[in-house]
Amino acid sequence: MTVTTEIGKPRARKEDARLLTGQTNWTDNIVLPGMLHVCYVRSPMAHARIRSVDVSAARSAPGVIAAFSGADFAAEQGSLPCAWPVTPDIIIPAHPPMATDEVRYVGEIVACVVARDHYTAADALEKIDVDYEPLPAVLDMEAALADGSPKVHEAGNKSFVWPFAQGDIEAAFRDAPVVIERTYRQQRLIPCAMEPRAVVCDPGGDEFTLWSSTQIPHVLRFLAAAVLGIPEQNLRVVAPDVGGGFGSKLQVTAEEFLGLLIARKVGRPVKWTESRSEGNLSVHHGRDQIQRIRLAADSDGRLRGLSVDLLADMGAYLMLVTPGVPLLGAFMYNAIYKMDAYSFTCTGVFTTKVPTDAYRGAGRPEATFAIEHAMDDLAAELGMEPLELRKRNWITHEEFPFTTIAGLTYDSGNYEAATAKAVELFGYDDLRKEQAARRASGDPIQLGIGISTFTEMCGLAPSRILGQLAYGAGGWEHASIHMLPTGKVEVVTGSSAHGQGHETAWSQIVADRLGVPFEDVRVLHGDTQVSAKGMDTYGSRSLAVGGVAVVGACDKVIEKAKTIAAGLLEVSADDLEWTPGRWSVRGDPEQGRTIGEIALATFAAHNLPDGVEPSLDSESTYDPNNFSFPHGTHLCAVEVDTETGQVKIRSYVAVDDVGVVVNPQIVEGQVHGGVAQGIAQALYEEAAYDAEGNLLTTTLADYLIPSSADLPTIVTDRTESPATSNPLGVKGVGEAGAIASTPAVVGAVVDALRPFGVTDVEMPCTAQRVWRAINEAKGGAR
Amino acid sequence: MTKVSMTVDGVRYDDDVEPRMLLVHYLREVGRTGTPVGCDTSNCGACTVLLNGLSAKSCAVLAVQADGAEITTIQGLANGEWHPLQQAFHEEHALQCGFCTPGMIIAAADLLRDNPHPTEQEVREGLEGNLCRCTGYQNIVRAVLRAASEGAPS
Repeated sequence: MTVTTEIGKPRARKEDARLLTGQTNWTDNIVLPGMLHVCYVRSPMAHARIRSVDVSAARSAPGVIAAFSGADFAAEQGSLPCAWPVTPDIIIPAHPPMATDEVRYVGEIVACVVARDHYTAADALEKIDVDYEPLPAVLDMEAALADGSPKVHEAGNKSFVWPFAQGDIEAAFRDAPVVIERTYRQQRLIPCAMEPRAVVCDPGGDEFTLWSSTQIPHVLRFLAAAVLGIPEQNLRVVAPDVGGGFGSKLQVTAEEFLGLLIARKVGRPVKWTESRSEGNLSVHHGRDQIQRIRLAADSDGRLRGLSVDLLADMGAYLMLVTPGVPLLGAFMYNAIYKMDAYSFTCTGVFTTKVPTDAYRGAGRPEATFAIEHAMDDLAAELGMEPLELRKRNWITHEEFPFTTIAGLTYDSGNYEAATAKAVELFGYDDLRKEQAARRASGDPIQLGIGISTFTEMCGLAPSRILGQLAYGAGGWEHASIHMLPTGKVEVVTGSSAHGQGHETAWSQIVADRLGVPFEDVRVLHGDTQVSAKGMDTYGSRSLAVGGVAVVGACDKVIEKAKTIAAGLLEVSADDLEWTPGRWSVRGDPEQGRTIGEIALATFAAHNLPDGVEPSLDSESTYDPNNFSFPHGTHLCAVEVDTETGQVKIRSYVAVDDVGVVVNPQIVEGQVHGGVAQGIAQALYEEAAYDAEGNLLTTTLADYLIPSSADLPTIVTDRTESPATSNPLGVKGVGEAGAIASTPAVVGAVVDALRPFGVTDVEMPCTAQRVWRAINEAKGGAR
Repeated sequence: MTKVSMTVDGVRYDDDVEPRMLLVHYLREVGRTGTPVGCDTSNCGACTVLLNGLSAKSCAVLAVQADGAEITTIQGLANGEWHPLQQAFHEEHALQCGFCTPGMIIAAADLLRDNPHPTEQEVREGLEGNLCRCTGYQNIVRAVLRAASEGAPS
């Protein structure tokens, strides 16, 4: 009769049609009547005082409508917002969208040209004269914290210190039979979404429309209104098709604010589209932390305590959630393991580099890397099989719900099942035998096995907890449903997709809940004029929060339909029963009305019960009562050529438990992409600066994101422990792969080299670094 | 300004262009915005089109160099119904954000023209000039192999 099995179906995606045929709506495709083009002058110095900016020659160039320096916006541009003041005494420096008196990283905006076309604007940039007085660059976090270091900001280079402790950490380490002390480094990464950012702003009358390649149209609207003083009701923000984000478009940017200000000044629509090299210099970067880890254990491997001391590079300014990113890891270093005590301290440090902020996983990949690496190191110290060490310490499936040492309550999971499945798919025992044989024979190609038994926290987040963490907003999500007279359904979601497949997955949820055909559901998002409320897409939250809001809205539609159906059928509502798609009389199923019939009758409104408003529409705002905790076991085998240092991934198995799966094809795709990004951190990518603070990796010729030839085929499988904290049982999957894979790959590289005395290889594990690590361990040349 | 004349997706265009104008910018200016720009060093391949039947990164070609050429973009690939590669990409979930997809499909079409029955490794190597940040390439490779097995025309 009706569709009831949509959840779990590998539906091909609705959004594909336009993307496959080029009928796309990227921000850069937008052309408006009279539209002008903006290009920015960016600082070529890591740190300098701006003595003067002369834009007069640019202003008089043919085809140029205007040119501005920071002074032109000083009165109105405000400061780019940081929404996460993590401590009461945090230093949040002023961050003008266009620098006025000092620049603090190569790439910071100092001036702009507005011209009739992009080429003309780009040409005129060269006519702008900026006089800089060089100041010392500050690049290294430890040096930045040393006495006498040059200052990035007058108030100092230390933004905040955030401590957290649970249990008696002194006691845990006192007399501990084994203590592992390590320092790991999370290199700086560039997110590199394939679509470069673009902004179009139309200052029509007293209202503004801002199109931006953003993950967060709702947050952007709120903050642009709050900071720039544009009445919120007069500001529409649209995120059209957005070509990937990975956290990099979870930002409120200088270019968005300046787009609004420039459009207002020139009174015409303006467009800015970044080049890739401009993007690498100005899109926020990711990671960049130094992790000092101490792990105490009994001689049988049981964990006693974990101490984490983190230095996190903020870059030059605090952007939207910059200081909060490393702290998202604070609750994850203990991972799936039981222990007696835990302490964590994070120091946020300013340097004269591009600001850092969220990048796929945001805090959790760093934590997972450190604990999994430390567990391997502890296993090596104890001479114990690393899987066995994990088994001795992990939370068993009977123990859920389990409150961890970090204070989170994990609702569900089954680490034993996921690990058992992964071990079997991987052929773990055979690979260990082969490894032993290669070690015994002195094979120049050594085999390494890496293990990542990870968990993460997703579904950001219960608003109350965000408040306790000093985050500036809530963690709810909104959805509404419009029942159309023909029985078709419009769903409006506050989650703003950029590749995740919301249009498909949300259609499946609604089809399942309302019992309407998948094809009859249309999902709308990403335009504040259509979707007025939302908290947007990041932190693997869309399904676990936004999807649940859709369920809530469906349930309200069903309840409203019940009253109206009762009137139409002239029976008591208590006598009706719901089967997906239809209210019918209990005991007399022939007597009933489908949801489509009820929608039409509601539209006509001729025969509704007294006091019932003629609408089936509904809205729902869902605030989760807990995070969700996807987990899994990823295993990686690498072959390391010990003569050249070359690393080749031989096999990779990912068994993920993301709770209930709405669309397995989408879930698998998210795992593939996440694993690829984590492998990229492990083996390929690094944002490199020279000693003067110039970014060396400004293009895709220098910043090497992996190609199809660089990546392995990933074997995926799942276990399913439904989340108990939401009615869908879902957990989130956007970041799992990126969180799990980096430690699995690096763990495999180190595992291959342990017989040489190697205990770590700094990421990315390039051939040169691996070769050096081997030779250093042998006491040879570096 | 220099006069150029070219056929784009079956439509003939005669225009005056600056000699320095990139082909991709010209294509976008005449409304073929299905072809995006993803980088400025010809590494990403998002802008790949067929230039006289062969794949070319249209950010690495000047519009004047394409004078007299026949260009096929992603918007001209379907012929009434989707090209088998478009269909295979859809069925194998070979796209997420979709920004690399136009270039990826065009490059794959040229790959299959050159080698109608590639191995997985040949597909991986054949597409290494086209970068994707979402999919890890696994489903792209699957889709190309599927289109090949179904006898996709180039």
